[in-house]
Parts: sequence; C-alpha cells; structure tokens
Amino acid sequence: MELFNRPIRHRINTIWMVLCLILIVSLPFILSIGLFLKSRLLLEDHSLFDLLFTKVWKPGDGKFGFYPFIVGSVWVTLIAMLISVPICLLTAIHVTQYTRKYVLRIIHPAIDILAGIPSVVYGVWGILVIVPFVSRYLAPIFDYRTLGYSIIAGSLVLSVMIIPFMLNILIEIFRAIPVELKEAALSLGATRWQAIKQVLVKKALPGIIAAFGFGLARAFGETMAVLMVVGNVVKIPKNIFDPGYPLPALIANNYGEMLSIPQYDSALMFAALVLLGVSLFFNVIMHFLISRYNKY
Amino acid sequence: MSRILKNTEENIFRVLMFISTTFILTILAIIIYSIFEKGIEFISWDMLTQTPKGGYYYGKEGGILNAITGSLLLAGSATLLALVIGLPFALFLNVFLIRRKKLVAFIRFLLDMIWGIPSIVYGAFGFTLMIFLGIKTSLLAGIIVVTLFILPIMIRSIDEILRTVPIGLMEASYSLGSNRSETAFRVFVRQAFSGVITAFLLSFGRAIGDAASVLFTAGYTDNLPSSLTEPVATLPLSIFFQLSSPVPEVQGRAYASAMVLTFIILLASLFSRGIGKRYHKTKINF
Repeated sequence: MELFNRPIRHRINTIWMVLCLILIVSLPFILSIGLFLKSRLLLEDHSLFDLLFTKVWKPGDGKFGFYPFIVGSVWVTLIAMLISVPICLLTAIHVTQYTRKYVLRIIHPAIDILAGIPSVVYGVWGILVIVPFVSRYLAPIFDYRTLGYSIIAGSLVLSVMIIPFMLNILIEIFRAIPVELKEAALSLGATRWQAIKQVLVKKALPGIIAAFGFGLARAFGETMAVLMVVGNVVKIPKNIFDPGYPLPALIANNYGEMLSIPQYDSALMFAALVLLGVSLFFNVIMHFLISRYNKY
Repeated sequence: MSRILKNTEENIFRVLMFISTTFILTILAIIIYSIFEKGIEFISWDMLTQTPKGGYYYGKEGGILNAITGSLLLAGSATLLALVIGLPFALFLNVFLIRRKKLVAFIRFLLDMIWGIPSIVYGAFGFTLMIFLGIKTSLLAGIIVVTLFILPIMIRSIDEILRTVPIGLMEASYSLGSNRSETAFRVFVRQAFSGVITAFLLSFGRAIGDAASVLFTAGYTDNLPSSLTEPVATLPLSIFFQLSSPVPEVQGRAYASAMVLTFIILLASLFSRGIGKRYHKTKINF
C-alpha cells in the first residue's frame, strides 16, 4: 500500500525539512550578499558618504546622489508615524481597557481587513480621496497651491497602511500585561487613568517602542501606494506640500531603463541594499527591546 | 481641586480615545466604500471575461481576464509552493527542535528579520537572480520571488498555531510508537489544520495583492498565461498601468480592477474565518 516503509519515509521527511530550514535561514544572508555584489560596481567609483549625501542625480553622467531620495523617504515615513502613533496608542488603550468585549470583536476583523488590503488598492484610494483632499482642502488652509501629489498625501496614505500593523502588536502587548498589576494600582487608590498612565504604559513601554519601530521599518520600505501619490520629482522637498521621491519609488519607477547603464543598475541595487539595511537594523534593535521586555 | 483636574485629564483622553477608535473604523468604511463606488461605475461583464483587444489601452473594448487568471495562477502556485516549504519548516521547529530552545529562538529571530524585509527588496533581488540564472521575466520567475516573499508570512502564522499544540499530544503519539516525522505530519498537522488553512489564505491574499515583487519579475502581457516561461499579467500591475493612462475610460477600468482585487481579498479573508470555525470540530480539546 504505502510507497516506502516507515524508516525511509521518516528519513525523506527529515531531509526535506532540513533543506527547507537551510533555505530559509540562509535567505537574509543570500539577499544581503547578492545585493551587495551587485552594488559593488557603484561603490568602486563612489564613496559611501558621497552616495548618501550628495544631491545631484544624473545617472547618464555617472552622478548618483541619493540624498533627495533619502530625504523624501525620511519625511514621508516620519510624518506618517506622527499621524499614526497617537491614533494607535489611544485606540489600543481604549479597546483593551475601557470598552466592552464586543468592541474588540469588531475592531479585530477591521484590523485584519485593513492589513489585508493590497498596497495598490491603497494607492487607488489615495488618488481617489487623499490627493483631492490635499489639493482642495488641506493645502488652501496653509495658503498653498498644489495638485495634491505631495509628501503629505504619501504620509496620509502610509499612516493608514501601518495603523493595522502597529495596532495589532500594541493590543497584544496591552493584553499580555497581568491584570493584577492594574488591580494593585487601583487598590492603592489610583484612579483608572492613573493606573493606566503610570503602571500599564510604563510597564508596556519597551513593547510600545518596539511596535512603533517595526511600524517605522515597514513604512520605510512601502512602495506602491506611496509611489502612486507622492509625486516623484527628484528634488529636495521644502515643505510637506512639495512632491517627493522616496527610495522604494526610485527602484520601482526605473526598473526598465536601468539596463542600458551598468552603473545605474548597480545604483538601484544599492538603493535596495539601503532599504534592506534599514529594515534589518530596525528589526534587530526592536527585537532586543521586545525580548528584554518579555523577561520581566 | 486636584481630583477634578485628574478626572478632566482622563475625560479628555477618553474622548480622544473614542475618536481614534471611531476614526479607524470610519477609514476602513471610507476605503471600502470609495473603491466599490468607483469600481461599480466602470465594471462590466466584458471586463471580467475578455482579454485586452487591440486599442484596449485607448479605451476600446476588452477586459482584464489576462490579469485575473494570471494573478490567481501566480498567487495560487506561489502559495502552494510556500506551503510545501513552510509547513515542514514550522513542523521541524515545533516537533524536532522542541528541546533546543536557544536554537529555535535564534531561528525565530531570523524569521522576524525576513518578515520585515520590504517586498521591493525581494523584487530587486529576484531581478538580479533572474539575470544571474538567465531567466527572462516570466510566470516562473514571478512564482519564485512571490514564494520567497510570502514564506515568512506563511511560516509565522503556522508557527503561531503549532506553538499552541499541547506537548501531551506529542507524548501520546510517541508512546504509541510513532516516530517524529509521523507525529509531525499526522498529529500536529491535523491538530493545527484550521490554522494552516488560515495561514494559506492569508498568504494567498498577500501574494495576490503585492505589486512591488512582481513588477520586475513577472512582466506583463495581454495574453492569457500559457506557459511557465512566458510573462504573465497580474492584477496589481494592471491597476497600476491602467491608472497611469491619460484616457479616462482606461482609468475607470483601473478602478474596476481595484474593486475586483479588493473583492478577491475580502473573499479570501471571509473564507479563512468560516473555515477556521468549521474545522474546529476535528481538533482534540484538552
């Protein structure tokens, strides 16, 4: 009946499992090495400092200054974080400490759906709703004229995209805190708000920071949705209503034409390497924060 | 006096908290509403059942069947492949390595790292890998890159379920004489079956929705997918390309395509909830 006898099947299964393990564990190293080898061509002629901090981007002339893209990425990411951090924190406290159970049962599927919506759809939504909103309502308040394709539009879309991601972690963190801790504070005469502010939030602080760190890393690498609303002009933005050009958008927009110039190809791979580096860096740091937090 | 102040602070924050919770729910409603409102305006039966005809990108007739079938095929095979690699991996962590706590912690740490890598990096890496191996933009290249991209998502959610399998079940299985791989594939998989289905559908949703990883690797074509070595159209890219057209009809079709994609995602998420409940019965409860 059976194809092989038991010991042989056991051995085949085990070998397959170990192969899968090797593949996955080596993946981050393969990614880093592959991208590094590709960007070496660029790094031979240009110093790392020049690449990251000069402003001239003319691939035809061999000038690769990533500064405008890095500034664009940092602006979009930071503003998105500024918008979504308070919303996430307040909501997480609200649904875990104040509301009844059924609110959590509503908010959980809502978070899942928000997290599941593809980034292209977020981009379409951005073009349909956020871009007109910025050009018609938000910019005129500050006496500024724009088509709407701007840093702030990118940040608004991005902030909605990372909310489910961070909120999920935050809710888990708040629910993991033993309820006795809060009860102890209450029995000592603290009000509910004092208990939350001085016991709960303090206890959860490493976890909260880590959640925001993961969100930041995710926001930094988000491509399509931001690309569709941010304007994509190679220029250092002066204010939030200027168009910007984040790093992921640079890679995505130029994939076709880069093949003609070898250094250009190399430059885009360097951009990917920078994204990978930023993502790994934040994830490592936040991971240690979380693991320290778990020890208590 | 200070008591009143204390309460005012709490009250202000309670209002703020209420606003932000409502805000999140409202935003979700607005997104779904605006996508479907625009989409319904432009959707037609032809769009779902035809491939682009000549002049489609100037507003002539045709549809996005090429992108729908392409996306389903690409995401479906990538998710299957990820399951074939990811499930044994997660089982290995939870059955074979259960006593090597430090090693498992380190592997989970690496998994978290991989999980955070943006999809555009996979796309760029996949592109260099393709040039290195001499593959052109094709369904095969797309499947490989998307598989790599969803693997960490798949493994993480399977792993989370497998961790909840009680150790007593493993001991019972050993005591009846089964070896470790039998315990893994026969006992653990069955116990965590609903979770595996959820993980599968979650990864499928990610795979079908991601554009940045297929942009470089899967290419684009107006034909239905025919072989592994031909380029294949995908829904996210078809949305993206149609939206950048100056012709209003074509832009309208982008909205309709976005609605189709959102619908598929919502369906997958609905299924995963339903199925999760249904297979609860076959689980042994402790």
